[in-house]
Amino acid sequence: MDGLELLIAASLNAGTALAIAGIGLLINERAGILNLGAEGLMLVAAIAGFAVAVHSNPWLAFAAGMAAGALLAACFGLLVIWLNTNQVATGLALSIFGSGLSAFVGIPYVSEKLGEQAQFKIPFLGDIPFIGPALFRQHPMVYIAMALVAALAWFLYRTRAGLVLRAIGESPESAHALGYPVRRIRMMAVLAGGAMCGLAGAYISVIYTPLWIEGMVAGKGWIALALTTFATWRPARVLLGAYLFGGVTMLQFYFQARGVHVPSEFLAMLPYLATVVVLVLISRNASWIRANMPASLGKPFFPGS
Amino acid sequence: MLRLELVNISKQYPAVKANDSVNLRVLPGEIHAVLGENGAGKSTMMKMIYGAVRPDEGEIRWNGQAVNIRNPQEARALGISMVFQHFSLFDTLSAAENVWLGLDKSLSLAEVTQRMMKVEKEYGLDVEPLRPVHSLSVGERQRVEIVRALMTNPKCLILDEPTSVLTPQAVDKLFVTLRKLAAQGTSILYISHKLDEIRALCTNCTVLRGGKVTGMVDPRIETNAGLSRLMIGAEPPQLQHRPAQLGAVVLDVRGLNLPKEDHFGMNLEGVRLDVKAGEIVGIAGVSGNGQQELMAALSGEDTRAPTGSTFLFGRDISQAPPRERRKAGLHFVPEERLGRGAVPTLSLAANTLLTRTETVRGSGWIDTGAVAALAQSLIARFFVKAGGPDAAAKSLSGGNLQKFIVGREIDANPKLLIVSQPTWGVDVGAAAQIRGELLALRDKGCALLVVSEELDELFEICDRMVVIAKGKVSPSVATSKATIEMIGEWMSGLWPQSGTSNNAEAAHAAA
Amino acid sequence: MLRLETRPQPSKAMSFASPLIALAITVVVGVVLFLILGKDPLAGLRMFFVEPVKNLYGLAELSVKATPLILIALGLAVCYRSNVWNIGAEGQYIFGALGGGWIAMQAGPGTEWMGQGYVVLILLGGVLAGMFWAAVVALLRDRFNANEILVSLMLVYVATLLLSWLVSGPWQDPNGHGFPQTITFLAQTKLPRLVQGLRAHIGLVVALVAVACFWVFMFRTYRGFALQVGGLAPAAARYAGFSARSALWVSLLLSGAMAGLAGALETAGPLGQLTTFVPVGYGFAAIIVAYVGRLHPVGIIFSGFLMSMFYIGGELAQSRLGLPKALTGVFQGLLLFALLACDTLIFYRVRWRSAPAAPPTSNISSTAAAVAKGA
Repeated sequence: MDGLELLIAASLNAGTALAIAGIGLLINERAGILNLGAEGLMLVAAIAGFAVAVHSNPWLAFAAGMAAGALLAACFGLLVIWLNTNQVATGLALSIFGSGLSAFVGIPYVSEKLGEQAQFKIPFLGDIPFIGPALFRQHPMVYIAMALVAALAWFLYRTRAGLVLRAIGESPESAHALGYPVRRIRMMAVLAGGAMCGLAGAYISVIYTPLWIEGMVAGKGWIALALTTFATWRPARVLLGAYLFGGVTMLQFYFQARGVHVPSEFLAMLPYLATVVVLVLISRNASWIRANMPASLGKPFFPGS
Repeated sequence: MLRLELVNISKQYPAVKANDSVNLRVLPGEIHAVLGENGAGKSTMMKMIYGAVRPDEGEIRWNGQAVNIRNPQEARALGISMVFQHFSLFDTLSAAENVWLGLDKSLSLAEVTQRMMKVEKEYGLDVEPLRPVHSLSVGERQRVEIVRALMTNPKCLILDEPTSVLTPQAVDKLFVTLRKLAAQGTSILYISHKLDEIRALCTNCTVLRGGKVTGMVDPRIETNAGLSRLMIGAEPPQLQHRPAQLGAVVLDVRGLNLPKEDHFGMNLEGVRLDVKAGEIVGIAGVSGNGQQELMAALSGEDTRAPTGSTFLFGRDISQAPPRERRKAGLHFVPEERLGRGAVPTLSLAANTLLTRTETVRGSGWIDTGAVAALAQSLIARFFVKAGGPDAAAKSLSGGNLQKFIVGREIDANPKLLIVSQPTWGVDVGAAAQIRGELLALRDKGCALLVVSEELDELFEICDRMVVIAKGKVSPSVATSKATIEMIGEWMSGLWPQSGTSNNAEAAHAAA
Repeated sequence: MLRLETRPQPSKAMSFASPLIALAITVVVGVVLFLILGKDPLAGLRMFFVEPVKNLYGLAELSVKATPLILIALGLAVCYRSNVWNIGAEGQYIFGALGGGWIAMQAGPGTEWMGQGYVVLILLGGVLAGMFWAAVVALLRDRFNANEILVSLMLVYVATLLLSWLVSGPWQDPNGHGFPQTITFLAQTKLPRLVQGLRAHIGLVVALVAVACFWVFMFRTYRGFALQVGGLAPAAARYAGFSARSALWVSLLLSGAMAGLAGALETAGPLGQLTTFVPVGYGFAAIIVAYVGRLHPVGIIFSGFLMSMFYIGGELAQSRLGLPKALTGVFQGLLLFALLACDTLIFYRVRWRSAPAAPPTSNISSTAAAVAKGA
């Protein structure tokens, strides 16, 4: 990859999966649920999507990914919302399980290839020098991701349902006292979030790197979790952060193409180190984080106590 | 016709029958008190009326017709509205958004804001609709709750212990609002254990004890003693008061300034306070005025205080951690029992290890036999009803756990005992026992500092009192020279601002 | 309908029963899975539960796998009880392998006088290296409040890449035909075996000693008590005066040390050299071992051996029945899921509750309408 406009284009592509997973996790966390199983969800959705894509088209694959994500998220939600299991441990269990399950299911697909990748270009806009190749020659899902972010922002801040969701994340006990079906709404948030993570997973295996390898999500689920903190739980910032991370991920190829003499392993470390750096920078002011974080995040909710 | 009637309502929980064939009769426009001590079954009864809980037996009648209230939305649809003791508010949202969430209709936020301002004006409850709730004082927050309830045009308004967070003057204002509502035909259910308030405000009173109704009386013609007999089966227990034998100054707080740790906290400014051996000093004040912050600074949970601000027997302990303070003789009973004073899932024996380390050898080895023996001795000495030293802390009732925790600290033979909300949520019998123990400790020469939101309690056991308001502490006044009105004014910060700390005469003159 | 009721006292009986019920659930799902794959379920179960323990050789193999799992899980148990979520044990394990491996590579004529005692140096190197990697997590959480789950996990990826670079670059065996691997370590560095001819080594003894030490630490020392209170009720820990910062450092350094020790033991023991295949997921499997073992040292012995049976059973099922090795991962994840679900029974009772008898009533909305009209 040479040329800045290609770097930007690749960053948008790489950031899209992060963005979609990020807003899925955002929906969860705004309701007060911490879902550490994102990586596992994305892996299972990736293989589900890839398997469907091998036999039919990418759009069905996306649907399959979303379904797989929602199904696993339902199991997770059942445990943490109705049985009140520890959210951290259950999320980890989901990640480990998802990792094992996807490896198992994916065995017959390891050497499969998907058909020719279509090249997309928005008419007129895609021909503008520099900006065209940088921004307007993406897969439709990239633009759908941006639309999803805008839709979520509108939902959260301009609708009553969004206000209810934020209220539940702030204090499920108060919402329950007012008569809102807290657990049902949280479950819906978990399902919606799971579907988003699933969509992101399918995007990775069908569009981003169209093949299947065990563990191919390579930590994007975890990075998406860091993203929500980095974005202080605001949709627009999730998008911005996702593209920045996408950029960092793409930097390794950019440097290699430019002939920078750094061992490839160190370049590959960049996204992970960047995540650590970002976490450090954003978490320094503990009371600011506390003021912005949904207050009930990660805590169990017991109705009728 | 009765507006609301409960007929032979019962509710059974695993360990206890919370309501046993209770009856309630409320007329339109009546201010009806529901009186009972902690644990008598008042909240369960209200939860059933409000739709949060379903009765096991019996019938609820609304305007003569039997109804089945399945959830709070249905209760609201009938016209029943509730103002909770522990507010159901969302701190990061604005007052208007909070009200909006409490309404079922599909009004827009703008419409709600407009109507809010009208309601506030009509009933004298001013709160800025657009301010986020976390920036409101406790009294203002309660006003948001009340406005939210009023905007549903309730035919029956339930208030659960509304005055625990109000100054005496604010209580009077609230009563004016409630009388106005009642005159307009709204029935009011007023839940409280404060006899004076009920006699001043209410026209009818149902008394609960142990889940059963022990009386339906007119509080205007009853005496406190009569109500008390119905409520706990006896006269309020009398405590022994001996004159104070003062010793040296034990605790000396000289101008403590402490910025808040949290976005939602309160700064402490120039706190001056002293406690001598053999006396009980009380800190009065409405919750949310800095009590938490002051307690954390004194107990050692917060070690950020500047050096030179807090002295124990002349030793600077401003930045000492809790274990060092305990070694010096300072023991503390926090207001939260479960989760702070004791670990809920650990046994009583293990919970002694939080503050008592005599059972731990120098090497760090825990003598489990000694630990169990200590717990057993505490259980026996303080009459704690528990399944034994191995019982989990959360299996005890509120009163018994409080007796255990207070007992644990008293048994350590402290030189200074600081207690925050000693009898909050505790039944009358245990409360009397705890207050008796505190007085006994004071008679033995210990210095005590008690923080309480119950003025009656402070007047009963303290030798001197101060008031905390907005993070500042008033000069102290002898209890014998203080009155409720005076303390009420001081709670709004209106104490005489003279330069020195102990200025009882000036305070007396101002009162 | 089923209702959950809080128990007044957590049930000790369920504490023991829950892992067993979870195991039973996993077995049932396993049988179903075997049937779907068209294999004989009994044969499959035999691979997992009978073959590994049939003879001394099998037990020795079990102990080889169980040792690192138990060691890492002990450290993680302390962490999780203190509410410090160290997920990066795999990375600390890798660093332990790197540290121990480096010291092993320095063995030569100059160190022969130490004899087998050289092994102690190797293990020490592993412990220190593991502690170092965990200390990074502790520092970032202590100074900057950075979430230890994400940081420790990111550091796993970094450690894996670092290992990859070292064994294909600076540490590569010059006579290794270009494969990404170090030299095979000298005989001096080998861990003493427990029984001639079997692969079981002293690591097992180390693990059992560690179990005893951890038990004493957690349940008989004030420090251990303080750590646990910090995890159960942070406000109570603050009240008691237990330092949250010291709990953070102690638990992370301890678990880093244990993971590093496990890494060094594996390197000097079964592996005998460093390759890109060093990380096999023990750090993550140990999370499950810790939980299934109830975060208790004695329970961890059992769950450690159980998890090893899953590993070995998976290998046998692959070689003898043609089942994919990835099955192991599925079972491990499933076991943890089932355990978490069963654990609710420790704190809650399940009861059948029929809906409360509704009193003779009219519909709410018609009553409300009547109220609006006339009352």
